[in-house]
Amino acid sequence: MFISMFGAVESGVIYAIMALGVYLTFRVLDFPDLTVDGSFVTGASVAALSIVNGVPPILATLFALLAGFLAGCITGLLHTKGKVNALLSGILMMTALYSINLRILGQPTLSMLHETTIFKQLGSFWSVTGIDNALNSLLGVFGLDRFPSTWAILIIMAVVTVIIKLVTDYYLKTEVGLALRAIGDNKRMIRSFSANTDNLTIVGVGLSNGLVALSGALIGQLGGFADVNMGIGMIVIGLASVIIGEALFGTKTIARATLAVIGGAIIYRIIVTLALRVDFLETGDMKFITATIVIIALVAPKILHMQKEKKRRIQKRKQLGGDTHA
Amino acid sequence: MLNVANISVTFNEGTLDEKKALNGIELEMIAGDFVTVIGSNGAGKSTLMNVISGNILPDVGDVIIDGKQVVHLPEYKRSAFIGRVFQDPMAGTAPSMTIEENLAMAYSRDKKRRLKFGVTKKRKDMFRDYLKTLNLGLEDRLSAKVGLLSGGERQALSLLMATFTNPNILLLDEHTAALDPSRAELITSLTEKVVRESGLTTLMVTHNMQQALDLGNRLIMMDKGQIIFEANGEEKKRLTVKDLLQEFQRIRGQQFEDDRSVLG
Repeated sequence: MFISMFGAVESGVIYAIMALGVYLTFRVLDFPDLTVDGSFVTGASVAALSIVNGVPPILATLFALLAGFLAGCITGLLHTKGKVNALLSGILMMTALYSINLRILGQPTLSMLHETTIFKQLGSFWSVTGIDNALNSLLGVFGLDRFPSTWAILIIMAVVTVIIKLVTDYYLKTEVGLALRAIGDNKRMIRSFSANTDNLTIVGVGLSNGLVALSGALIGQLGGFADVNMGIGMIVIGLASVIIGEALFGTKTIARATLAVIGGAIIYRIIVTLALRVDFLETGDMKFITATIVIIALVAPKILHMQKEKKRRIQKRKQLGGDTHA
Repeated sequence: MLNVANISVTFNEGTLDEKKALNGIELEMIAGDFVTVIGSNGAGKSTLMNVISGNILPDVGDVIIDGKQVVHLPEYKRSAFIGRVFQDPMAGTAPSMTIEENLAMAYSRDKKRRLKFGVTKKRKDMFRDYLKTLNLGLEDRLSAKVGLLSGGERQALSLLMATFTNPNILLLDEHTAALDPSRAELITSLTEKVVRESGLTTLMVTHNMQQALDLGNRLIMMDKGQIIFEANGEEKKRLTVKDLLQEFQRIRGQQFEDDRSVLG
């Protein structure tokens, strides 16, 4: 149980980078960008191909980020300059990316199992520090007998994700970032204050997909392979993370909202892990579970609000002595 | 300061709905001019505004601001020297962002946006001083989201945001029309104060004839895409609403009852 939860948090921290990307488009730009399903795989594919061809893993991961950024920029171009509907431009790019990803991989699945990935490099550097032994003996005190093989991925990825979060927070508070946020809030207004909304949207969608591809590259290296189908439903997972996080942790400020998104991504992984422990559910049911989570997270607050209003009205009527049927 | 020359705009050309929205408009404003524009619905007032701001490209004609031909510049580039307040109080501000963030965005109008904090301590002090001039207590609510403000407060903030960077031209598009009478009066007096103090070159469209007479040093009346009457300086000061209605009837020689009910 502990080991599977540990794994959930570990991958949750990496998926959180993807969720931050989805947050940038979905919430900040108010642009429901489906490119994500494709750019996630693009990230994994570019990283895998580079690594297999001997590029240092860190550089391969940066290539992935760049490829995602370019893909996002093209979606943004389609939407702003080509005047294609936001959803459609994402779908078009996602479809095109499927073929591109297959070309990059050269086959449906590219294995990195025998290659040096960024995590293997981290592991060898990490084992010298002895942190694993210290943490595991600490766990032993709590009576656990099975320990995670390494804490390196969790701790280092948590640091990386928090750094990305802080940079995002900073960016959204700069003069450029304010204009970017205004695009999702009141496009006409920010245009009347001389912001080039087209270019800002293009860069915004690009940055978002850069993060998504970075996350894809890391997930690919964590699992040891890149698969052309690994991105299916990724946008819904991203949305689930954003929505769960916002519902649980709030959105009062930008810093709070991005923290909520990270929390949401981790909690989503935990929910999925728990759901898969239920006997009658299979791995293939995961997409259904995800969709259900998103639907509940979207609909439940509205139903709760309606119920509350109804109760309030009944109460009010009682006070005023009128009839009490709702 | 602003020179609008021979502007024509046709909507839906070549169809049954073809409409000449503007027909050879000529308007010249010197620095500090405050022109009020009246006219019935469909006279072309809003189209004129949109041509100046770059929302609509004219079929022919020039728009020259401070000696620069801007007719080919996209809207966002032109808005570096044009401040605008819209009719809809929700249109001029970003609701889910704070008052200080909105002011910071307005402050960047004529500057290049950089990767530096939009809201700084120094700017906050400056914003507070500007907000004080509105007398609405907004200076104490810098970090409140603009969506929480009332329509009147939002419009006052829009007016401040449109003017405090001293744009070359200020365009007011029926900016008091969607407010209740007392709020409309507040915004009208704020407008008068701001324009008087900063000497902005202003073009204001209004449906309210009394407002058109009270504000500004020049008045133009539009109909069917043309300027049909103009009054300047002393001549404008002597005008009354009754004069305007008579003038319109004399020029167009037609029943004005429909418009009278609209123009109030």
